[in-house]
Amino acid sequence: MEWHAKLPFQNQSMSQNINSLKNKSSLSDDAQHPQIVLAGQPNCGKSTIFNRVAGYRSVATNFPGATVEFTRSHVKINGQTCDLVDLPGTYSLQSLDLAEEETKKFLLTQRIDVVINVIDASILGRSLELTTELLELELPMVVCLNMMDEATRKGVLIQSSELARLLDVPVIETIGSKGHGIDELFRQAFQVIRLSRQSHHQKMSRHVEKVVQELADNLPNCEKTNHRKNCRLTAIKLIENDQYFQKQFSPGVSVKEKVRKCQKKLQLAHGLPAEDVIAAERHSLALGLFEKVAKIGRPKKSWKDWADDVLMHPIFGYIFMALFLYTFFNVIFKFGALIENPILNFFNVQLNQVSHYFPKGSFLFTLINGLFQGFAGGIAIVFPYLVPFLLGLAFIEDFGYLPRIAFLMDRFLHKIGLHGPSIVPMILGYGCSVPAVLSTRILSSPRDRFIASVVSVLIPCSARMTIIMGLVGYFIGGTAALGIYLLNLVVIGIVGTILSRMMAEDIPGMILEMPSYQWPSLRVVVAKTWLRLKDFIVIAWPLLIAGSIILSVAEWYHIDALINRAFSPLTSLLGLPAAVGTTLIFGILRKELSMLMLFQALGTTNVSTVLSSGQILVFTLFVVFYIPCLATLGVLLKEIGWRKTLFASGMTIFIAIFISLLGRGFAYLVF
Amino acid sequence: MLTLDQIPTEKYVKIKNVEGGTWVKQRLQNLGIHVGESIFVKRGAILGGPILVTINNSDVAIGRGMARKIAVSEPEHESKYK
Repeated sequence: MEWHAKLPFQNQSMSQNINSLKNKSSLSDDAQHPQIVLAGQPNCGKSTIFNRVAGYRSVATNFPGATVEFTRSHVKINGQTCDLVDLPGTYSLQSLDLAEEETKKFLLTQRIDVVINVIDASILGRSLELTTELLELELPMVVCLNMMDEATRKGVLIQSSELARLLDVPVIETIGSKGHGIDELFRQAFQVIRLSRQSHHQKMSRHVEKVVQELADNLPNCEKTNHRKNCRLTAIKLIENDQYFQKQFSPGVSVKEKVRKCQKKLQLAHGLPAEDVIAAERHSLALGLFEKVAKIGRPKKSWKDWADDVLMHPIFGYIFMALFLYTFFNVIFKFGALIENPILNFFNVQLNQVSHYFPKGSFLFTLINGLFQGFAGGIAIVFPYLVPFLLGLAFIEDFGYLPRIAFLMDRFLHKIGLHGPSIVPMILGYGCSVPAVLSTRILSSPRDRFIASVVSVLIPCSARMTIIMGLVGYFIGGTAALGIYLLNLVVIGIVGTILSRMMAEDIPGMILEMPSYQWPSLRVVVAKTWLRLKDFIVIAWPLLIAGSIILSVAEWYHIDALINRAFSPLTSLLGLPAAVGTTLIFGILRKELSMLMLFQALGTTNVSTVLSSGQILVFTLFVVFYIPCLATLGVLLKEIGWRKTLFASGMTIFIAIFISLLGRGFAYLVF
Repeated sequence: MLTLDQIPTEKYVKIKNVEGGTWVKQRLQNLGIHVGESIFVKRGAILGGPILVTINNSDVAIGRGMARKIAVSEPEHESKYK
C-alpha cells in the first residue's frame, strides 16, 4: 500500500542522479551528502538495518526478495547526515529478475560513497560469493555481518577480524533486529568515506586472472562502459555473456572476436563453459575465505527446528494453514463487527443532533451530511477491519510464514500454470493490489508476471475486504462473507488456468530460499501497520470525505441522476436500484468509496432497510470483481503495459457482470 | 540416472549435473547448489509438490519439475554437515 507513494520519488531520484552523472565532471561536486548504500543477498536484513536508522520507511519482510525497489532516505547518524539507500536483495550481479536488475543498475551507474555489504552471517559461505562480486566493482566498502545471533545458534563461529584482513575492508558484526553494532557500522562507513578508501578485487586463479586481464587490456574505451571506469569488470562481464554489459558496450566485430577467444581459452583449460568457469572461481574464492575465517560448531536446538516439522508437514501443514487462515479472517470479522456498530450509532446520533440546527433538505445540511458520512464511514467501517488485518499481515510476514505457504501451495499453483513464489503477490493482494503487482518483479518470466499480476488484482484487497465484511458480513452473515472469498479463489483458479493455457510455456519451476523464522518484534509490527495505515489516512480518507461531499452536492443539483441513467442498463441487468450507478464510478477511485457512496446514495448506513439481501450480495460481488482502482491501474500500466492493462480491465468487468448475475440467480433461489 | 526428486528424505546426495537453461543453473548456483556439492534432502511435499533441501546451513525449496533435472549420486548417510 505504501509503495505506490514511493514510485514518483524513485523515478525522480533515478533521473536526477543519472543527469548529475552526465553533467558533472566531478561526482563529488553535487555530493551535498554522502550516499551510503545497503546491498546484499535477499533476506539478509538490509531493510531492518535501514529502518533502524531511518525510522520505519521500507517494508521489511521475512521473505527473500521482499524489497523490489530501492528506498532512499535522508538520515542523521552519529551526528552526520547522509543519504541512505536500501537496495533490493540480489544473489549476484547476474540479475535474474527485475528486482535484481534494479540493484545492478544502481550499483553500476549511481553515485555511491560507500557500499555496506550486508551479510546473513549464518550463511556466510554462500553470501561471500556476492561479496567477491561486489569487490570487483572496487567501490569503497564495509562488510556488515548481520544476524550474528542466528549464526551462533546455527553453530557458525566467525573470526571477523581475519575476514577484514583477507578482504581488506572493515567488517562489523551486527544484530539488526536488536540494533546491536549499528552505530559502529555507520562509524566505520563514514570513516571509509573520509579516507575515500577504495576496495580491491579478490584474485581468481592465475590462469583465469591472466585471460581476464588480457581481455581488459585489449578493450578499446572500456572505462566508458561503466561509471566505475573499471576495465577488468567489463572484461569479466563480457566473458560471462552479461546482457547489460553487451548492451552498454555494443562491442564491434573485433571485440566480440576477442571475447570469444578468451571464452574458448577458459573452456579448453577448465572443461566448462566460460561463464561457469567464472562462477566456479567466485564459488571457490568464497569457500576459501569461509574456511579461513569460520568454524562450524554444534548448532543449538530451538523451536525453529521443529516449527517446520508442523508448518511444512505434508498433511498437518495444510491443516494448520487452513485453520490459521480461517481463524485469521474470523478474528478480523468478529473484531470489526464488534466495533463497527457502536461507532456508527454514535455518528448517527450526532447527525440527528445536527438536523435540529439545520433543517433536513437544506443545502447546508446536505453538505454536513456528506462530510459526516465520509468521516464516519472511514472511521467506523474501514478502520475496524483494516487495523486488525494489517497487524496480522505484518505479523505473519515478519514471522516468515509466507515462504512456507509458497512451499505448500506450489503444487496447486502449478495447476493454474504458476509456481510457488507467485503466491506472494497473491497474499500481498489481500492487503493492497499495488504492492502485490509490484512484487511480481520477483518472478523471472514476463508471462508469470502477467498472469500473477492479473490474478493478484482479482484478489479482494483490504479495501474490498471492508466492503465484504461491512456489507455482506454485517447484513447477511459471516459464512456468506467467507463464501465470497472461496468463490473468489474458484474464479482465480479458472482465470489462471485459462490464461496459462493461452500462454503455454515450459515454466522453470520454483527455486526459493526458506528463511529462518523470526519472532516479530511488536515495535516493528506496529510500525509497519502504521506505515500502511498512514496511506489510508492521508490519501484514502480525505478522498472518501471529499467524494461523499461531492456526491451530496451532486444530489442537491440532481446531477447524479444523469450518471445513474447512463448506468441504468447495467444496474437494471443486475437488479440493483438505479441510485447505485454513481457509486460504481467512485469505486474506481478507491474501492472503499463504492460502499461509503452507497450509504450516501441510499441516504442511510443501514442498507438493509433499502436493499434486499440479494441486492447487497450482488452489489458486493460486482464491486469485488470489477475494474481495479486507479492506483492499481497505474502500477499495472507501468509493469505490464497498456495493452495488457486494458485486457485485464475488460476481463475484470466481464467477470464482475458474469459473477453478479450468478449471484442474482443464487439469491433468487436462496433468499 | 538418479535425479533429486527420487531421493528419499533425510538423505545426503552429491550434485552430479544440472540440466536446464542458464537461468536455472545460475539461480541454483546463487543458492549454493553447485556441481560437486553435497546436499541434504530435508523433506518432500505430498502429491508431487516441491522438495526441501539443506545446503550450507540454508534451506532451499526446489520445485519437483526442477528437481527432475538435477542429477545426483547415490544417497549417503555420512556427511560433513552432520
